[in-house]
Amino acid sequence: MLRTVLRTVIASTAALLVGAGIAGAQTPKKGGTLNFGVVAEPPNYDCHGSTTFALVHPIAPHYSLLVKFDGKEYPKVIPDLAESWTVSPDRMTYTFKIRTGVKFHDGSPLTSEDIKATYDRIINPPQGVVSIRKAYYADLVVEAPDPTTVVFKLKNPMAGVLEALASPFNCVYSAAKLKENPRYPETQIMGSGPFAFVQHVKGSTWEGKRFDGYFRKGQPYLDGYKIFFVKSGGVVPGILGGQFDAEFRGRNPSEKAQLLEKMKDKLTVHEGTWVNNLMLVFNTTRKPFDDVKVRQALSMAIDRWGGSDALSKISILKFVGGVMRPGYSMSLPEAELVKLPGYSKNINKSREEAKKILEQAGLKDLKFKLLNRNIPEPYTPAGVYSIDQWRRIGVTVEHEQLETKLYQERVAKGDFDVAVEFQADFMDDPTAQFSKFLTKKLSPSGYSGHTDTKIDEMYTKQRQTMDVAERTKIVREMERYALTQAYNVPILWWQRIIMYNKKIKGWYMTPSHYLWQDLSTVWLDQ
Amino acid sequence: MLWYLIRRLFLVIPTLIGVAIAVFFLIRVMPGDVVVVKLRADGADVSEEMIQAERKRLGLDKPLYMQFTDYMVGLAHLDLGKSLWTGDSVNKEIAIRIPVSLQIAVMASIIAVLISIPLGTISALYRDTWIDHSVRVLAVSGLAVPSFWLGMLIILALLALFNWLPKIGYVPLWEDPIANLSVTIWPAISVGYRYAAVATRMMRSALLEVMREDYIRTARAKGVWTRLIMRRHALRNALLPVVTVIGLEFAFLIGGLVVTEQVFNINGVGKLFVDATTRGDFNLIQGLVLFIATMFIFVNLIVDLLYAWLDPRIRLS
Repeated sequence: MLRTVLRTVIASTAALLVGAGIAGAQTPKKGGTLNFGVVAEPPNYDCHGSTTFALVHPIAPHYSLLVKFDGKEYPKVIPDLAESWTVSPDRMTYTFKIRTGVKFHDGSPLTSEDIKATYDRIINPPQGVVSIRKAYYADLVVEAPDPTTVVFKLKNPMAGVLEALASPFNCVYSAAKLKENPRYPETQIMGSGPFAFVQHVKGSTWEGKRFDGYFRKGQPYLDGYKIFFVKSGGVVPGILGGQFDAEFRGRNPSEKAQLLEKMKDKLTVHEGTWVNNLMLVFNTTRKPFDDVKVRQALSMAIDRWGGSDALSKISILKFVGGVMRPGYSMSLPEAELVKLPGYSKNINKSREEAKKILEQAGLKDLKFKLLNRNIPEPYTPAGVYSIDQWRRIGVTVEHEQLETKLYQERVAKGDFDVAVEFQADFMDDPTAQFSKFLTKKLSPSGYSGHTDTKIDEMYTKQRQTMDVAERTKIVREMERYALTQAYNVPILWWQRIIMYNKKIKGWYMTPSHYLWQDLSTVWLDQ
Repeated sequence: MLWYLIRRLFLVIPTLIGVAIAVFFLIRVMPGDVVVVKLRADGADVSEEMIQAERKRLGLDKPLYMQFTDYMVGLAHLDLGKSLWTGDSVNKEIAIRIPVSLQIAVMASIIAVLISIPLGTISALYRDTWIDHSVRVLAVSGLAVPSFWLGMLIILALLALFNWLPKIGYVPLWEDPIANLSVTIWPAISVGYRYAAVATRMMRSALLEVMREDYIRTARAKGVWTRLIMRRHALRNALLPVVTVIGLEFAFLIGGLVVTEQVFNINGVGKLFVDATTRGDFNLIQGLVLFIATMFIFVNLIVDLLYAWLDPRIRLS
C-alpha cells in the first residue's frame, strides 16, 4: 500500500513538476475569463467566521494573506503581504516585514495596522463577530510597531506558527472599515487580492475582475473569473457542455472516467492524497464501546488494505493511514502502522482475533447502530463497507443515515453508538488533525466522549514543541496511542481528483482543497 | 362583483395569519439547529460557547413567545425577518428567485393549455377511436413520467445529440430573450408535459360530461352545427374544472419545482425551499410558506373570477 501511496505521490509530483515545467516554459498569456463550478455557496462573505471551501473558492481571489502555502511546494509557506520574516532564537517572536505600496481595492493603502486589526478580530472578536479559529490563535499577541512591521509574540510556545498564519481563512481586512463596522466583511468584499469583486447573484453566479493595482506586478493574468454554483451532479455536464472549465474541490473516479471518455486530450487530470479522511467514532459513554478491546476488535474486522483497492474504484476513499495523512512527514511509516490494531495486512488472522475478543467479552452476537450522514459520496460507501466487514465477524449493524443537521445534533448530544465522522482541514499540522481524538474538555469535537487525558497531554506537548524532529517523535507516539485506544479509528483517507480543461495553466494541486485558490498565477492558453 | 372582491381580499388576512401561526410552531418541532449546521458545516472545532453566542445574536435564545411576538410584529410591517443562514432579508432572498420560478410556471401553463385543450377536446369528440386512444396514452404517460426524470432525459439528449447544455444562470427575458428562453424552455417543457397530461384528462372527461347534457342534445336536435355547439355551449362549460386544475397547478409550480430546479440548476423558489429546510433556516421557511400560501389564495381568487366569466350563471356578488 505504501508503494501505491508513494507511486501516486511520486506520479502526482512528477505530473506537477512536468506541468510546472511546461507552464514555466510557456509565457503566461494575459486575458480571458476563467469559468469554474463550485458545488456549494457561502452563507456570508466573512472568512474569519467560516470553515467551508464554499467560501474559499469564490472569495480567496479577492483577499491577500500575511503568508500562504506554496501551491507548487506544499507545505512550504511563502510570503504574501509579508515580504520577509525573522524568528527570534527562542521562537517566541515572529517579526514580519510588510510590503510597501500594497493597496486595497478602494485605493486605500494597506499597512501593518490592517494586519493587526485583522488578527485582533480573529483572536478577540468584538461582540457579534464569529471567529471560528479564535482558540487556535489564543497564544498570539499582535503588535504593529511601524507601518511596515508586524510582530507576533507567543504567550506560550506554539509549533507550526507560520502554517497557522497561512490559513486561507485569515483574509486581511481594512482596519479603517473594521473600526466603522466590525461586521462589514459579512456583507462586503473589500480586499487587496488579485481580483476585485463584481457581483454575486445568489444561488447562481459569482464574478471577479482583475485588480490592476495588485501588488505582484504583471499578475493576475486573467481578466476575471466567473463561478457557477451547481449541485455536485451538475459538474460533469457543466464541463462537458462547455458552461465552465473546471471544479477545484475534487471529483470521484466515475466522474473522472466520464470526463476522460468524452474529453480525452482536452483534459488535465491531477490525482493525489487529500487532507481528509473518514473515521469511525465509538461512543465510549455507551457499553460495550467503553471497552478498549471491543473497539479494537471492531477496528480489526475492517480490511482497510482490501477496502482501499475496492472502494477507490467507486468512491473518493482510497489511502490507508492513521491520524496523519499517509505520505506526510509526521505520519507513522507503514511498517509501524501495520503493527497496530486494525491495520494488519493479514485480515483473516485479524478477524479471527476480533471474533475471539468479542466472544471473551460475551458479545458474540453484538448488535448496534452506525450513525451516518445521508450524503452518497463518500459517506454511504464507507458505512456500507464497514457494516459488511463487521458482518464477517458476526456483528449485526443497522445503518442509520440522516441529513446533516440531524446527524450533527445527534453526534453533538452523544446520541449514537458508532458514527462515521470526517476530518478535514487546510493543512496537515497535528494540532489540527488530532482535534477529534481529544477529550471533550479540550476539544468540542471530541465526540467519542472519552476522558483519557493522556492523549490531551501528548497533544498539548506536541503543540508546544518547536523542534520538528522532537515534535514528530511525540506525534507518532500520540498516533500509536490514539489508534491503540481506538476511541476514533480512521477508515480510509480520500483521494483528490481534479480535472479541468487543458487551456487552464498555472493552477497547482495541493492535498487541501482550501489552498492555492487566489488564482493569481492562473492563465488561459487560448 | 367589487364587493365580492373586497370581501375575498379581507378573508386573505385571517387565512394568512392562521398559516403564519401554524408554520411558526410546526417548524420549531423540527430537530436540528441552523447555527450548528452553519458553524460546524466543514467539521470545525467550534465551542459550545461560540454556538450559544451566535444563537443569541440571531435571537434564537429568546423564549418562544418572544420570538413569536417579534415575528408577528414584523409580519404586520410586511417584514419577514432575516435569513438565519445568510443574514439577508427574507423578502430579498425570495424576490431574487421569483422571476425565474414565475416565468417557468407561466411557460409551463402556456404549454399545458396549448396542449391540453385541443387534445382533450379532440379526444372527447373522437371518443374510443384511435385518436382518443393515442391522446390517452400520451396523457397517461405524462402522468406516469416524473418531471425531473423527463428533465434528466432532456439534458442527456441535448448533450448526446448537440453536445450542448442550457446555460446556468438566469437572464431576464427583456435583457436577452434568446438566452432566457434557452434556459427556461427545458424545465418548462418537462413540467409542462405532466401539467398538460393532467389538464388533458380533465378536459376530456369534463367535455364528455357536458356533451351528455340536455341542452347539448337539444341543440343537436335543432340542427346546430357541432362546431357551434362546441364553441358556444360545450367548451365554456367544460372549461370550469380545467381552469381549477390549471390554477392549482400554476400555484403549485411556483414553489413546487423542487427536483426539476435541481436537475436544471435553476435558482428558483423550490430550490430555495429545499436549502432552507435542509439548513433549518426557520425565518426563510416561514417566509416561503407564507409566500406560497399567498400565491395559492390569489390564484384561487383569479380562478373564481374566471368562473363567473366562463359561466354567466355564477353570480359572484
